[in-house]
Amino acid sequence: MKTAIEVHDLTVTYNQKPALWDIDFDIPDGALVGIIGPNGSGKSTLVKSMMGIVEPSSGWVKIFDQDIEQVRHKVSYVPQRESVDWDFPTNVMDVVLMGRYGRSGLFRRLSKKDKRIAAESLEKVGMLQFAQRQIAQLSGGQQQRVFMARALAEQAEMYLMDEPFAGVDAATENSIFEVFQEIRDSGKTMMVVHHDLQSAAKYFDYIVLLNTRLIAAGPTEEVFTQELLQEAYGGKLSILDQIHAIIEQKGYPVRES
Amino acid sequence: MDAFLIILTGSLVAICAALLGSFLVLRKMSMVGDAISHAVLPGLVVAYLVSGSRASLPMLVGAALVGMLTTFLIELFHKKFKLQSDASIGVTFTFLFALGVIMVSAFTGKIDLDQDCVLHGEIAYVPLDILVTGTVLDHLPYTVWVLLAATIIVVGFVYIGFKGLKITTFDETYAASLGISTAFWHYALMSMVSLTTVVSFEAVGAILVVAFFIIPAASAYLLTDQLKKMLFLACGFGVLSAVLGYYLAATINGSIAGSMATVAGCLFVITFLFSPKQGLLKRKKPLSTKA
Amino acid sequence: MDWDIVIDFLLLRDPNVRYVVLGSVLIGASAALTGCFLFLRKRALVGDAIAHAVLPGICLAFLVFKTKNPAILLAGAILTGWLSLLFIDWITNKSRIKTDTAIGLTLSWFFGIGIMLLTAIQKTGNASQTGLDKFIFGKAASMVDQDVFVFGGLSIVVILVIFLFFKPLKLISFDRDFASSIGLPVGRYDFLLSTLTVLAVATGIQAVGVVLMAALLITPAAAARFWTDKLKRMLLLAATFGAFSGIVGAFISYTTPRMPTGPWIVIVISVIAIFSFLFGAKKGLVVRQVRQQKMQRKILRENILKLFYKLAEEDGQLYEQRGVDQLTNRRFFIPSQLKTGLQQLLKENLLEKADLDYRFTEKGVEEGKRITRLHRLWEMYLTQYLKIAPDHVHDDAEAIEHIITPEIEAELVHQLEMPELDPHDSTIPYGEKLPNKIKD
Ligand SMILES: Nc1ncnc2c1ncn2[C@@H]1O[C@H](COP(=O)(O)OP(=O)(O)OP(=O)(O)O)[C@@H](O)[C@H]1O
Ligand SMILES: [Mg+2]
Repeated sequence: MKTAIEVHDLTVTYNQKPALWDIDFDIPDGALVGIIGPNGSGKSTLVKSMMGIVEPSSGWVKIFDQDIEQVRHKVSYVPQRESVDWDFPTNVMDVVLMGRYGRSGLFRRLSKKDKRIAAESLEKVGMLQFAQRQIAQLSGGQQQRVFMARALAEQAEMYLMDEPFAGVDAATENSIFEVFQEIRDSGKTMMVVHHDLQSAAKYFDYIVLLNTRLIAAGPTEEVFTQELLQEAYGGKLSILDQIHAIIEQKGYPVRES
Repeated sequence: MDAFLIILTGSLVAICAALLGSFLVLRKMSMVGDAISHAVLPGLVVAYLVSGSRASLPMLVGAALVGMLTTFLIELFHKKFKLQSDASIGVTFTFLFALGVIMVSAFTGKIDLDQDCVLHGEIAYVPLDILVTGTVLDHLPYTVWVLLAATIIVVGFVYIGFKGLKITTFDETYAASLGISTAFWHYALMSMVSLTTVVSFEAVGAILVVAFFIIPAASAYLLTDQLKKMLFLACGFGVLSAVLGYYLAATINGSIAGSMATVAGCLFVITFLFSPKQGLLKRKKPLSTKA
Repeated sequence: MDWDIVIDFLLLRDPNVRYVVLGSVLIGASAALTGCFLFLRKRALVGDAIAHAVLPGICLAFLVFKTKNPAILLAGAILTGWLSLLFIDWITNKSRIKTDTAIGLTLSWFFGIGIMLLTAIQKTGNASQTGLDKFIFGKAASMVDQDVFVFGGLSIVVILVIFLFFKPLKLISFDRDFASSIGLPVGRYDFLLSTLTVLAVATGIQAVGVVLMAALLITPAAAARFWTDKLKRMLLLAATFGAFSGIVGAFISYTTPRMPTGPWIVIVISVIAIFSFLFGAKKGLVVRQVRQQKMQRKILRENILKLFYKLAEEDGQLYEQRGVDQLTNRRFFIPSQLKTGLQQLLKENLLEKADLDYRFTEKGVEEGKRITRLHRLWEMYLTQYLKIAPDHVHDDAEAIEHIITPEIEAELVHQLEMPELDPHDSTIPYGEKLPNKIKD
């Protein structure tokens, strides 16, 4: 099978403190992938470095065998919901239309087609009737779906989503998951940061288990073992924590130059 | 005629500042705007000394550079020296402003600036300052011409850059994921803020221009949920403050710029109490999703 | 400059000078002390808002009471200073306006009112108004005994209260949740701290003026933070910085009467701060960089020893003498750095000179073994516990081998059950064991 994403020896640090360390895995084309790990384990950082939003200290990521800059328009990203201020004065339709900025450019008027695509995307996540609603007046689940629609409006080949299920009720979670399946069935690759272990096994074909280090990456049934999960979530890796603390405190280099 | 010119000057300042201030407020950078407006002072003095004239091109360039330097210094203190961000703002602008005030005192006589001008400008003198060139320029005071040009630039910037400003303000990470340079928009906005500070300096001074940046934008923010409307409303509040401020100043015989700021604040309080959406007297439960 | 005046000042001959110096020291110190708490609570810019907001209070007090009595002006200042705090809290709590905008809005509005009133007062031609504008940029030298009595007295009160309530103030600044969990009346101490800040600001404007008062609060605290992690020392340092810049300001004010005092005080304290940012013993940039460099040199020395050990493994000759060429053939070193590294190792008696070459000492062998051991243990750990492929672990171990402490090493040996071989089947050298020849 073709490789959609290749992450090679990726290390990312924020002011010396390692957030990702030596991550190395491949993702096959057309997979629905879950990124799983405890809070602060670097899930968001992983997705951001795939999008080229944070600079790695070492290593690289290739998407469709190319640098992200070459394939940016083929990849769509959904940030964590809390990363924006929902008091921003704008409405749902305007947010979804931002998904078209990548293609139409910042200086051209949005066309009828752009608007049609945005409306269709809203339709897909069941939010069309809220198109004119102010974003400050949305519930958490609705905000999440607006972000999904914005990503869909990009009409990308690959979707990277940071916690699309956070703060969402069961019914909404189901409908979002249905959208995921639809996307996967159309042959597109999806990586989804996810928190809940219980549903993860059900949702994803492929799992990347993370805790600053890569614990495991592979088909769900191989990765979802008691032992590996224990490793990701348990306190078994206290040596790593100690090492990270020393690096942060003393400012050691994480890679020799 | 003088009244008209003074109000016109105030309104032009208000329009530039309100447009940019709206973005400062939404980006949670109000205090960075405050810092820049204080910190351009030393740049202004140096430019005065070098070029010997006012509001000339070298002066604009010089002051805009100092504005950039301010943002740069704030980031340097924060990132390189690891000083917390509120303190970096405070340390940077007080230092640069103090430098500016000392320069003003040291060069009194050499330059056409004094402490009063630094504090609240000299908008009342604007109508007197007419060039004698024998051209169409003679019809309006020099400052008004400069402000008109600046207003065209700022309005053009916000009009053309609307989408870029909007997306980088609302969702910076997402904008970056689309390949939009967030740094470009950040610095573009900051340089416009510096430009506005410089051209408004003689009219309203370094400190009161902050009132024009922040207060009308904050009032507008309470009234609407649409960015475009917010921009128009902010301009409206700004112009209204300029008009009413002028008459208030005339009544009590005080600083015109100070009165304009006073009116702007009063309009904010009225909006705050009576706004249909966010108003204190109307609302039952907070709509805010503030963290 | 008139040297007589300078000498007058320095010798404190004039009783007036004594007042001025005393007043400036007290004002600088009390502002710096309250500033430390603002700084630690990340509310530094609130101090700026309060400072601008005292101006209308002073003007109103003057308008109402028609006097320049410092106590009355101070009362006005405290009143509007407090009002500005309430206003900031009010609009942030009751609307979607965020703190930074609330601060900027309050600051510029109150200041606008102040300027409006001040200019109006000045234009009334009221003879007694002259001198109100000194509150804008400060004028320490104009303090007379009455001023010092009021302003200095209040500063002493502020300092004393901070001293008395040091413990609870510290607690609410560092860990509010904990403070309230042990039943501390957090709200009341917040109120106390706010009041102290308003008082410190209201007194400080005599020296620095309202526009730059923020610097007297924030900058000494920021500077002190770079020298220490301990709150007590930070307070002491900040107060010293504040007092010192106060004296300098008073001096300038006394010797060059036309210069505004405030900006000079700010320049002095800013220079102290920038010096601290660079050279502060705790967080200063230079100190951090020196520490980094030391670490780089240690890493270099450890790498040399490890290479010596590796070469010994390959030819089975522990104490063979080896030249620079042999080393650089195997690993990239910057020549100058390699040279100093070797010199240092000679000095530490880990290597010894043999003709033009170098060879291990016994102590050196142990050290070389240790680094090699840590490298290989770490590779084992990565492959076993983190399931990283053996061909991906080397780079990581190159960095981590320099970090592992003896405690972590013991833990590793324990968790890995003292493995014999690393993932590449090289022997892990423990204690006294001699290296075996490497397998290939
Ligand atoms: N901009 C930043 N500056 C400094 N440290 C950061 C930054 N962003 C993240 N970190 C740190 O890096 C680590 C990984 O963060 P990241 O956001 O990637 O975790 P996460 O797995 O997404 O957590 P969560 O489940 O809470 O979303 C955390 O310890 C975090 O504190
Ligand atoms: Mg995250």
